[in-house]
Amino acid sequence: MTEYREGTQRTAADEQDRQELTFSVTGLYRGYVTCVPIAIGVAGYGVLFGVLARQAGLTTLEATLMSATVLAGAAQLIAVELWSSPVPALAILVTTFVVNLRYVLMGAALRPWFRKLSPLQAYGSVFFTADENWALTMKELREGSNHGAFLLGSGLAIWMFWVAATIVGATAGGVIDDPSAYGLDFVLTTVFLTLVVGFWDGTETVLPWSGAAVTAIVGALWLPGRWYILFGGLAASIVKVIQYE
Amino acid sequence: MSDFSLLAVTVILGMSVVTYATKAGGLWILDQIELSEQAHAGLEALPGGIIVAILAPQLVQGGPPEWAAALLVVVVAHRTDSILLALVVGVGSVLLLRGAVPLG
Repeated sequence: MTEYREGTQRTAADEQDRQELTFSVTGLYRGYVTCVPIAIGVAGYGVLFGVLARQAGLTTLEATLMSATVLAGAAQLIAVELWSSPVPALAILVTTFVVNLRYVLMGAALRPWFRKLSPLQAYGSVFFTADENWALTMKELREGSNHGAFLLGSGLAIWMFWVAATIVGATAGGVIDDPSAYGLDFVLTTVFLTLVVGFWDGTETVLPWSGAAVTAIVGALWLPGRWYILFGGLAASIVKVIQYE
Repeated sequence: MSDFSLLAVTVILGMSVVTYATKAGGLWILDQIELSEQAHAGLEALPGGIIVAILAPQLVQGGPPEWAAALLVVVVAHRTDSILLALVVGVGSVLLLRGAVPLG
């Protein structure tokens, strides 16, 4: 892996085009194993989701079904906050869609590599996209790896831990009253900090990231839900496009 | 008391469909259109930008314990490339620092 470390922007596009992508058990395994520490962190707030879901009136089965078929922590947490009797279906579906819009951009970012996979491999893998393993996969692919099954492997790790944690939280309930007492709230921050270090590309990164940070902070104050993530990401892209000339 | 309600399951499966549409949508849209080099550069900046966008409000909402812990995490991540080590250092140090700084 160390041989891939010094990738440059200039030849990255050419390298991507020439390189074949595998979809193998090796890649699957590598993705899974690399993602286990992250999946453990995800399990932390998976337990929290399970607890909150029960408190909101979902049964253990319903909470587990949600984690298994949706696999989107932010949307799930917001959904259970909206949950009441009768279930406000339209509000939840619209909110889920909007909160998850950032995945459209994330999927687009995967495209340069995923177009080399079969539709089944690509569209099958992409079900298992979560914020954390997407960032991990982007880092892996941009460092020159040809493991097409990495997203799937890492996604499976997150899926398994997420579903298991949901079951634990829903059945055990009330175990974790205050996540911050255990530092669990900082787990996600730590994970993203670690990943962002890998994306640093020298001084040209300063402006796009500043744009992202400012947009996100302002957006978090003024916009509802997770919109600020979408706009923050777009801000970085726009600054980069302007810089490009 | 039943194990699930039909309405609940329908809404949950609806959430699943809607979520998958967003996860597959980006991939699909670029199957339909081509990108210029400039747009390509913008797209490349997206992953880092999104992570920064996730992080910035989290860090701003925190205080000195979180900032110090975050700095440690960045140093550890930069030096060792180990997520597990960074997690231990990050969570451990934030707990220590929160305990050391009296909440006022």
